[in-house]
Parts: sequence; C-alpha cells; structure tokens
Amino acid sequence: MYPFEYQTASSVADAASRLAAHGDAKLLAGGQTMIASMKLRLAQPSHLIDLAGAADMRGIQVSATEVTLGAMSRHAEVARSAAVQKAIPVLAKLAGGIGDRMVRNMGTIGGSVANNDPAADYPAAVLGLNATVRTNKRSIAADDFFLGMYETALAEGEIITSFSFPIPRRGAYMKFKNPASRYALVGVLVAQLADGSVRVAVTGAGPVVFRVPEMEKALTAQFAPEAVAGIKIPADGLNADIHAQADYRAHLITVMAKRAVAAALA
Amino acid sequence: MTVKVSLTVNGKPAAAEVEERTLLVSFIRETLRLTGTHVGCDTAQCGACTIHMDGQAVKSCNILAMQAEGKSITTIEGIASADGTLHPMQEAFRQNHGLQCGFCTPGMVMSAIDMLRHYPHPDEATIRAELDGNLCRCTGYHNIVKAIQAASQASA
Amino acid sequence: MATPYIGVPVQRREDLRFLTGAGNYTDDLTLPHQTHAVFVRSPHAHARIRSIKLERARAAAGVVGIFTGADVAAAKINGLPCGWLITGNDGKPMNEPAHPILALDTVRHAGDGVAVVIAETLAQARDAAEQVEVDYEVLPAVVDAVAALAPGAPLLHEGAPGNRCYTWDIGDKAGVDAAFARAAHVTTLEFVNNRLIPNAIEPRAVNASYSRADDSYTLYVANQNPHVERLLMCAFVLGLPEHKVRVVAPDVGGGFGSKIYLYAEDVVLTWASRQVNRPIKWTADRSESFLSDAHGRDHHTKAQLALDKDGQFLALRVNTTANLGAYLSTFASAVPTILYATLLAGQYATPVIHCEVTAAFTNTAPVDAYRGAGRPEATYVVERMVETAAREMGIDPAAIRRRNFIRSFPYQTPVALMYDIGDYEATLDRAIELADVAGFATRRSQSQARGKLRGLGYACYIEACGIAPSSVAGALGARAGLFEAGEVRVHPTGKVTVFTGSHSHGQGHETSFAQVVADRLGISMDDVEIVHGDTSKVLFGMGTYGSRSLAVGGTAIIKALDKVVAKGKKIAAHLLEAAETDIEFADGQFKVAGTDRSKAFAEIALTAYVPHNFPHDKLEPGLNENAFYDPSNFTFPAGTYICEVEVDPETGAVNIERFVAVDDFGNIINPMIVEGQVHGGLVQGLGQALNECGVYDSASGQLTTGTFMDYCMPRADDMPSFKVATHGTACTHNPLGVKGCGEAGAIGSPPALMNALTDALGVADFAMPATPQRIWATLQSKQQRKAA
Repeated sequence: MYPFEYQTASSVADAASRLAAHGDAKLLAGGQTMIASMKLRLAQPSHLIDLAGAADMRGIQVSATEVTLGAMSRHAEVARSAAVQKAIPVLAKLAGGIGDRMVRNMGTIGGSVANNDPAADYPAAVLGLNATVRTNKRSIAADDFFLGMYETALAEGEIITSFSFPIPRRGAYMKFKNPASRYALVGVLVAQLADGSVRVAVTGAGPVVFRVPEMEKALTAQFAPEAVAGIKIPADGLNADIHAQADYRAHLITVMAKRAVAAALA
Repeated sequence: MTVKVSLTVNGKPAAAEVEERTLLVSFIRETLRLTGTHVGCDTAQCGACTIHMDGQAVKSCNILAMQAEGKSITTIEGIASADGTLHPMQEAFRQNHGLQCGFCTPGMVMSAIDMLRHYPHPDEATIRAELDGNLCRCTGYHNIVKAIQAASQASA
Repeated sequence: MATPYIGVPVQRREDLRFLTGAGNYTDDLTLPHQTHAVFVRSPHAHARIRSIKLERARAAAGVVGIFTGADVAAAKINGLPCGWLITGNDGKPMNEPAHPILALDTVRHAGDGVAVVIAETLAQARDAAEQVEVDYEVLPAVVDAVAALAPGAPLLHEGAPGNRCYTWDIGDKAGVDAAFARAAHVTTLEFVNNRLIPNAIEPRAVNASYSRADDSYTLYVANQNPHVERLLMCAFVLGLPEHKVRVVAPDVGGGFGSKIYLYAEDVVLTWASRQVNRPIKWTADRSESFLSDAHGRDHHTKAQLALDKDGQFLALRVNTTANLGAYLSTFASAVPTILYATLLAGQYATPVIHCEVTAAFTNTAPVDAYRGAGRPEATYVVERMVETAAREMGIDPAAIRRRNFIRSFPYQTPVALMYDIGDYEATLDRAIELADVAGFATRRSQSQARGKLRGLGYACYIEACGIAPSSVAGALGARAGLFEAGEVRVHPTGKVTVFTGSHSHGQGHETSFAQVVADRLGISMDDVEIVHGDTSKVLFGMGTYGSRSLAVGGTAIIKALDKVVAKGKKIAAHLLEAAETDIEFADGQFKVAGTDRSKAFAEIALTAYVPHNFPHDKLEPGLNENAFYDPSNFTFPAGTYICEVEVDPETGAVNIERFVAVDDFGNIINPMIVEGQVHGGLVQGLGQALNECGVYDSASGQLTTGTFMDYCMPRADDMPSFKVATHGTACTHNPLGVKGCGEAGAIGSPPALMNALTDALGVADFAMPATPQRIWATLQSKQQRKAA
C-alpha cells in the first residue's frame, strides 16, 4: 500500500469538502474493494476519506411504495433487515449473497455501486428494480447510471448518499457464481414492477450491467419461465475468460432468467 | 506519517502510533504481537485473518487499523475464559479434529462463532455455504463441518 | 497398567496451541533488529536483463541492503541443486541447467527473482523495491511442455537443447508390442493431468540471521525437512560448514510437498543476513506464492490398454510428456519417472507394461512433488483406462477389476516394485457396500426424473510410500539417502523426550508418535514429548513427504526404543540379580520371568542416572539411545474409492452426492488422525478434478490464475461429507505394520470423480478440472455429434 492521509467525514457535506480539498482523495466506504486494490498497489490516493462516521449516509427506510437505503448500508444490514425482507425480498436476498459473511459485514451498497464492478451483484438490483441513485448533487435514474466497466455517471466530487428502490410486485435474483472468485459469472435479476412492467438486468456477463429488452417484452406479455426459456442471447460482446467463454455466459443468461422468473413466482 | 489509533482488544484498551496505511491485521500481529490472527492471502478470500469487530466477523487484512478506531476487537486469543476453559467452538474443533496444521484455524473458529450467532442450528448445507469465506487446505472441511454442528448442538 | 494407546483416537496435543492462537509459525517470530525483505520479480515469462539500476532504490527510506544476481555471482554462490539424477534411455544423464538464486542475465518465468531489497520495515522494503529499475529485453516464451519440445520453440537453457531434460523409459517395450498384436480389444485415451498450485494456507516464510559471535547462521523456515534444507544449502549452494548452520522449521501451516524444497529465498536471506549483519524476514504474499512456489502435476499422456476378449489385461503402453517448469526443483526429475511410471501396474496383474517419459523445460514456475507426487498421475492413467475399457467392452467396472486383481503376494510388478501385501477384493467389496452401489440404478432414474444426470465411478488405487530403501533409491538416481533418524532420551524421572527427523506440519506427530512411544514403554502419554523440526535438537532427519513419517520415522523411533528396553533389561537384571535373558519387559515393568519380582520403567531410568548400584563394568550410566532406519521396501497402501455425482445439464454444475473411501493403510495408530488425513487428501484430489487448474497464458507466459480470484480452491460447499473406512493388511516389513495415509485421498479421488462424471455425461473422456463450463461444453458437443 502506498502512503496516504486518512481522514474521517462526519457528514456528506464534510466528505464533499474534504474530497474537493484534495485532488487525489478517494472515499472509503466499506473498503472491501478499495483496500484490496490499494494493497496490490493498484490505487494510490493521496487522502482516504472514511465515510463510516457520516450519519446522514446510513439508515434503511421503508414506505408503502419504496425502500430507501443509505449509501453506507452494509450488505449484512440490508440482508437482515426485516423491513427490506418484507418489502423487497429479492433485495435482501441479493445483499445476503454478496461475497462472504465477513465481507458483507463491511461492504456497503454505495461502495459497490460506485465501483461498478462488472461482476458485482448490486448493480443488477439497482438497474433491475429501477432504483434511483441519489447523490449530494442530484438524482440519477438507474438507466442513466451505469456507463461502462467501472464507469458510472458520477461526476468528480459527486457522492452517492442513498438509493430509492420502488417496491415491485415480485422479483428474484439468480446468480451462477464464478467457481473461483464467487462473484457473479452470470447474475440475472428479474422484477415485475408495480406498474406491471418487467425488468431483466444481467450482471457478470458483460462489461457492465445491462437489460435484456427481448426478455422484458416477453415477460410483460406473460410472466412465466416458458416466456424466456427459448430466448437466446447473442454471445457478441459478452465477457470471455478462463471460467466462462462468451457462448456459455450467453446460455447461462437464459437459464438464470428462467429460474429467476420461476423463483419470483414461487 | 503516523497517527494514533486507540481501540479495545480482547477487553483491554490498546493504543499505538501507526502509519496510516497500517492494516488492522498488521496492527494486531505486529504492534500488539497477537500472532494468532493469520494472513493467508492478499485478496481477502482465505479468511485466516477473521476477527470480531464490535461483535461482527470481519477480515482484518482488508480493513485499516484506523477503521477500527474506538471499536472493540476480539481475536482468537480472547475467546477462551480467563481460567483457560476453551470457548465451546474451540472445544468442538478439538473434539472433532477440526484442525490439522492450525493455520486457518483461528479464522475458522472466529467465523464459526459468528455463523452460529446468525444460524444457531444450521444444517450441513448451511454450514458449508456459510464457510465460503474461509479456506482450509488440510481437513477437507469434513471435520470442521462436524465441529460446528457439534458446537451448535452443545449450545442447544 | 498403562493405557494402551495404539489404535485409539487420542485427541491431539497440538490442538490447544493452535486453537488459542499460541502456535508459533515462522512469520510470528520477530528477532531483535529485524529487517524485512522484498523480492523484485520478473514481470515477464522470458527476458534478457539489459541492466538493473539501483540508485533510486538505494536512496529510498529505510533501505538496509539490495542484492542482485551480479552480487550472488561475485560471491561465487552456486545454483540450487536437483536431488535426483535421471539417466535417459540414451544412457546419458539428464540435462541439468543452472538454477541461480537470483537471475543473472536471463529471467525464465514470471516471478523469477531478480533482486532482493532489505529494509527496516516491510512497507519500506516494498516502497524501495518499486524503485528498482530493470531494463528487460522480452523474449518469446513457451509454457506448454509439448509445445516446448516442438522444433523452433523458444529455447530456455543452452544446456538443454530442444528444452529437453530427459527421455526415460521403463518396462518391456518389445513385450508390450507383442501383447498388443494379439489383443482382442485396445482402449486408447489421451489425458492432461492439470497443473496444480499447492497453496498451503501458510505462505512460505523465512527468517535468517547471522551471529558474528560464533560465525553461525540460524534459519527459521516454513519447511518439511530442515536437515535436508541445511545439507543442500551448506554442501551445494553456499559452501557453509554444516555445523555452523541451524535450521528450524517451527509450526508449519501445511506443506503438501511445496515446502520440501530448498528455495532461492531461503538461500538469499541466509547469505544476505551476514552481508547486512541483521536478521532478515521474508513472508510470501499469496500472489508471490502463486508465482514462486513449486507447482504440481502438468502431464500430457497418451495411454493404450490391451485386453483379451474376456477383459483380461494383456499390456499397458504409456507415453508421457512432463512439464518441469523453468528450472529443476529439488526432486522434480524423480516425480514423473520413479514416482510415476513404477505405479502403472496399479492393483492389477498386467503382465507387461512400458512407459516412456519426456520431461521439458518451459517458461513456468518449477514443477515438483505435490501431495501424491507421480502416483496420482499414474493412478489417473490406470483407473481411467480400466473404467473406459470396461465400458467399451460392456463389462461391469467392478467385475473387470476383480478379473485382473493381484491376489498373491509378494508380487513383482513389471515396473520394478515388489508389493509385499494387500487385499484389493476386500476394500472393493466394502466400498461397494458402503456406497450402496446396488441402489444406484434407482437413484439414477430419480435424478433423471428431475432432469439431472447421475453417474458412478470407481477407482482402485495403489501407491508406494515409506520412501525409501536408500539402495533402491540410489540405484534409481537419488543423490541422498532416504532413511530416518530418531532419538529417545529417557530422563532420570522416567519421563521421555523423543527427537524425530520426521516433521509435522499438520499430521499430528506430536500425538501419534507419543502414542507409539507410550505404548512401547508402558508409560503415560503425558510422560512423552515429541520434538521435531530443529537441526540443533534433532540428530538428523530426512523429513516428511511421501507418507513416510510413521513407516520410516516411526520405525527409527521403535528401533531406538528397542535399544532403550535392551539396556533397561541389563540394568534390571543387575538390580534383580537375575540373568538378563530372564528379564521380560511388558506394561512398563521389567520382570524376572515366572516370578513377581519386577522393576518399573521409572526405577530403571532413575538407576541409570543415579548409578549407585549399577553394573559399571558392563554398562555406561544414562539411558539415551538413537537409531537410524533404512526401510527394506516401500509400503503399499491401496484401496477403493467410489464417487457418485449429479450434474445439472443446464448449467454444468456438479454435485458430489456420495463419496466412499475404503483404504488399506496397514495397522493404524490413531484412527481419528488417519480419517482426517483421508478427508484432506480427498478434497485435494477432488479439487484437482473439479476446481483447480494453474493456467499460463500461452502468448504472454503470464500466470492467468495468479490469485484465489482465478485459481479455484475447493471450498466447503464444493465438497460433500465422506464415508471412510479401513481394511488393513499389516505391512510385512516394518515393526508397526504401518503403510502411510497422507496421500491416498489425493491419489484415488480424481479418477473416481472423473469416472463418475464421464458415466453421468455418457462420454468417453474430457479434461480435468470438470468446471461447469467444461461440462456444459462437453454436453453441447455431444449433442452436436448426435445431431450430425
């Protein structure tokens, strides 16, 4: 790890001003990715601003229509929240399947989404559940947030403060894990939203989380596993590595989508 | 540059001046000389460094010492009773031969204690799934699973 | 009367320290004035070093010293030796290129050491290491052994034309050819035995120091055989006087072979500790372990089995290309030859066998023994061939094995080994019963109804352990003896300290050896301490590998105990005023036969050290004996493993539904420890078959699987619980009748799993590891073949 200066932020505003004061400063949320990449000397921030003390970035609220998660909500908190489990079970379940128990006790939704790892789970939830990303500057629709591999709509100095997840009618997330890293080799979140529209969000398979319009159309017409079972996803542009070639990933998208629909109906 | 970090470790206050880039596991092993917490990888996957921070199992190799400021840490050295009586999980690992070389063991035990807090009576599949953050190369997991089952029954 | 300990699942005495964080592993040790080392490693698979600039690094904060290959060469330090000379079938010795401890002008694999930076703190050493500027001229690289032997491949060493280390063979080639000519059926398969990266959870670690006071060195090192480490380093590399070097292998967090070897880091730190006159510590990062630990396996093999019309084996023909990596590691040359081809008879009376092995250098980490070492590769070939032949000929896989089992012992195989004893039918029968093979058909149709594919596979393995009779090993090229040493020190109070040359790094010797000693002396285990892993305490030792500790190290202790008892009898005869021949020793009592006159062991011990009434004319005072034991033969553990799997054809995911292991380890000292060894071995073997594969990128030569993010370690939820049992035939040539149990699981399980998977998928073969992608692709191509 390269040397850096460690600071703590007491609020979002405090974090923003500290971030603005130092050109190469980075935010530290749960640190489960940040610390790991700093250890491997892949990141070299001049300052690290710890958000753990920013009270206004924490907390889980559930209303009749939406679930709001503070950006510093830890995966374990979301997974174990009875209110989230009741309102959006798929969200709690997805959070409970990220990394391992120790990682979930530290990792946060804000950190995960801001990092936008192509194989992370939370981007599938944000996009598949049509969440809104709230920052210290604006609200960003999920469809506008994930731009590319590790690339998001966040501007310089912009800090995610919370996420609003509209409560869907039903949804489920099916992840086929990379046997080694246990990240998503392919993860598919299927949700039927309150207005009856359907979203299918895929993580792990491409450079960035993406929707599958053809599946969404078929499922809007008929929300049943059979509706997607025959839809073949083209392998072009999908990730290929030693664990999965693109054609295998393409195949798994269909299988996981089918299983997610079945699980959502169960 | 150094900063002061103060926390509670195994019930006792601990404070030291450390470099800001010091990992919590280095603070525990090198500053406090509590060498029971081990480092087996550099990608936060093997779990040998698992400790409890404010009652939650975490991987101390993936946390800065500064992130533990003011917190209460428990390591493998701190779970047996003052009179030396082993924690039921330690005892279960011993009774069931849940360890061989002993290197992953502290992390396994700390993780298993945390597991039973959330799943007091887990079945075998749950135990195996919940061990996904801890690697063991010696035991084939068989006796670790048995030990955790035994510990969960002992506390029934 | 003392409790009998042998055969009892005594709880391990090691456990208390490991469970409470009181273990003492190499990295736990910090010496006064400790410094820390970081190695600058090659980022390239193959390159010439144009220049190394150290100015910036030397100026970095906290730097104590920096050394490169040039410094090593100037100090006239030799390269690392290879402990086994293989003579090729051309009669010439193998090519043995230099293995420098720091690269001088060429780097030959990603991670090859270029320089060492020593600083006050580890962070400072890392910071400074980044400032070392190495100018490389990148050369083309080759990572695959077959490709390395092809004409025009990039050449690694001038002394190894065509990248060939040797071509070696064993067996009767003409006899095999003749048998194939009259075969009713020939089964042919080609295998890749995948490269494995050992990954003991404790990374390698070294802490070396030099004492100016007496010109001596102390090396703490995570190592499986400290005396061998010392001998090789002193005699072959550094030229240091052996008696001035102490090597300590304290608690070691797993080895599996990877900590047998003398590594460059061990030598560099020992030498450099004198240059900087400070203790130096180095502990590998996991990423560094991946690049610099010796890897395992990596064979390409073509095999043919000839059978008569009834399924009787007529001959086996095997041709193997072995990848040795960039340099010869300590025992690398013996693994794909002596430890491999000699096991190709398996449990079967195959009359003629021929095996040719070509070993190649490639731009990869050195490959050496990893749990099983050669024997898993042999068992994989034999058991995949046998199962495949049975399927091709429509014979039940258990029946074809029974038809060919060796049933009369001793048995001389056509590949050099002489099996002393075994009962293969018994382990097969028991395994079939425990696995409920009878119920498999029903379970298979139930799976089918759920859209799943179910399969069952056998493996009947044999291994040669208790390594090794030195005369045999020597005739085969070993440059060391393979005996073991032990010492029994009886203290005046009758307490006993036993020093053994075996080394425990998870095996529990402190417990099982104490059981043996306590039983033999008829005393409490509490009165016995086992000491190992320190050249300054233990007289000598060859260490622990090849499942040899109890069979060889344990026997050395038995021999020393026999001497203690013999001397005790003399003392007792004197005290009891009886003839020495009338003294019996049992249950801790020296007794005059046929009388009630006796002396307890502790009384005799006291007399030996307080010799007021002592036969000084016949005996020296004291009671301390040592012994060396060189085995007369290998031991031959064997057994049957049965694996049952279920495959999800949609995803390729595999679930191991059942796994039964029935082993013949001879007599068993501690069944709890033995079962634990089997479990661990099984998961390493199943890990090879299901999860693990060391992959180098063929274009760049980079290690693609360089962290646990890409190298798939078996986790708890990949594996089942096991049903294990034993059926022992006592080894005929060691006093305990033991055979060794450390490697069996890793040897027998890969073919059992692959036999089950090929059965489930209905295909002849596919390569390990059986990852979901590979299973899915296998099913896809099967479907396409059907459609075509």
